[in-house]
Amino acid sequence: MYAAVLARVSNLGLLAAVVAAWWGGSTYLLDQSTRALLPPPQDIVAAAWELARSGDLWRHFRDSIRREFVAFAWATSAIPLGIAMGWWKSVEDQVDPLVEVLRPIPPLAWIPLSILWFGVGDTQNQFIIFLGCFFPILVNTISGVKGVEPNLVRAARCLGAGEARILWHVVLRAALPQIITGVRVGLGVGWMALVAAELVGANTGLGFLINDARTVLRTDQVIVGMATIGLVGLGIDRAIRGAVARLMPWSGAMRR
Amino acid sequence: MSTVTISGVGKIYPGHGSGDEPVQALDTVSFEVADRQFCSILGHSGCGKTTLLMMLAGFEQPTSGTILVDGQPVGEPAWQRTVVFQDYALFPWMSVEDNIAFGPAMKKVPEAARREIVRRNVELVGLKGFERRYPHQLSGGMKQRVSIARALAVDPAVLLMDEPFAALDAQNRSRMQEEMGRILASDDPLVRKTMVLVTHSIEEAILLSDHVVVLTRRPGRVKAQIRVDLPRPRNEGDPAFVALRERIRALIHDEFEIET
Repeated sequence: MYAAVLARVSNLGLLAAVVAAWWGGSTYLLDQSTRALLPPPQDIVAAAWELARSGDLWRHFRDSIRREFVAFAWATSAIPLGIAMGWWKSVEDQVDPLVEVLRPIPPLAWIPLSILWFGVGDTQNQFIIFLGCFFPILVNTISGVKGVEPNLVRAARCLGAGEARILWHVVLRAALPQIITGVRVGLGVGWMALVAAELVGANTGLGFLINDARTVLRTDQVIVGMATIGLVGLGIDRAIRGAVARLMPWSGAMRR
Repeated sequence: MSTVTISGVGKIYPGHGSGDEPVQALDTVSFEVADRQFCSILGHSGCGKTTLLMMLAGFEQPTSGTILVDGQPVGEPAWQRTVVFQDYALFPWMSVEDNIAFGPAMKKVPEAARREIVRRNVELVGLKGFERRYPHQLSGGMKQRVSIARALAVDPAVLLMDEPFAALDAQNRSRMQEEMGRILASDDPLVRKTMVLVTHSIEEAILLSDHVVVLTRRPGRVKAQIRVDLPRPRNEGDPAFVALRERIRALIHDEFEIET
């Protein structure tokens, strides 16, 4: 236990050195005017405290996270679609050409068109996040369904399960670990897309916060916003991984 | 009563590419498995014995000939003919008891009766105390016990087994064969089924069967049918066992020499 803590702390050595160099550089190498472009760490902490206390940080965080999850809720439609595409060849034959045309277009490339369609605000942001989430979930679901052990399906069939029950009780469950992988990747891509969408098409949110702070040269607030964006992305990923380990203890064994 | 009648069954797989010859896996295979008899289909790998079992289950259709169970042609897969797979095919997200209860649940057996079925079958295969475990927490031999219990839990007419012990290590294999022999000795109507086992092990076939069907190499044809009348439980050291084993080995060896 003690050794484990020590190992963890010693792993933070390089990080501590980088922060120290940042502090030293900002304090001693930069002059009054250039220091505004890279304030020392303690200024960042002070800005974070100020933003948190005023409630601004919370408000932007809340709007961003709400957009992310509303868009994600829509993007989960990729799961039934992916199961249908992975299971029935006729569905895949029809839908695949459409997916192949749309998928290579980066979500960010949709921003100008989506602003024209939806204006500035939640709907436009959610649309961009939706595009970021949807395709990773779809692609992983299809490959998860195609990768289901054929004998699992056969076993269910000879035990008396019809097609609907095979899809629900066997295919969905067997593909779940890979569907969750798609959800993880999708939420990550969606989060990145969200920040970009908010930079240009929002009046709130963490992306708006950092762009807004830039216009008034509040570099400290820009960095606080960036750090928050990174921490939230990390938090979402960790939460999913924790939930998987807890809810699907067999999934690691399944991947072998 | 569940009699399996296989008459003139052939299976030809079409070639995949152009110029790819169709493959004939089985050629006019005919034999019968009497009610509540244990039949082993014995042959080299690639003789089509697994194909035959998959057709018995209804996963594949014969190109020619018919397969009847109690006079009815085999159609889609159904719980009347369950399969024990070589790779167990247990549902990894279900506990032992949920795996066993899956078939009865699909048959809409009421909850209380289902629990009783699970209890009986867990006891039958000697897994008491492991009901809440998940497949990844079990050894290969235990997984195959669950698979057998799951297949029996729907009370099928015919139990089909595809090399069920081939993936086990030698020690576990002989234990499972012994246990299978014990299960077969039971007169319980929920356990005594018409059984068809596919194997490449001569010893396994003699240990368990009433009736051994030896298939030739591709395309599979019936080379010989042998009744096994040795008393149970059987012993591999028994002179009658050894004599029968040598007889079957000669049959299979003979087949091998023709091929090469």
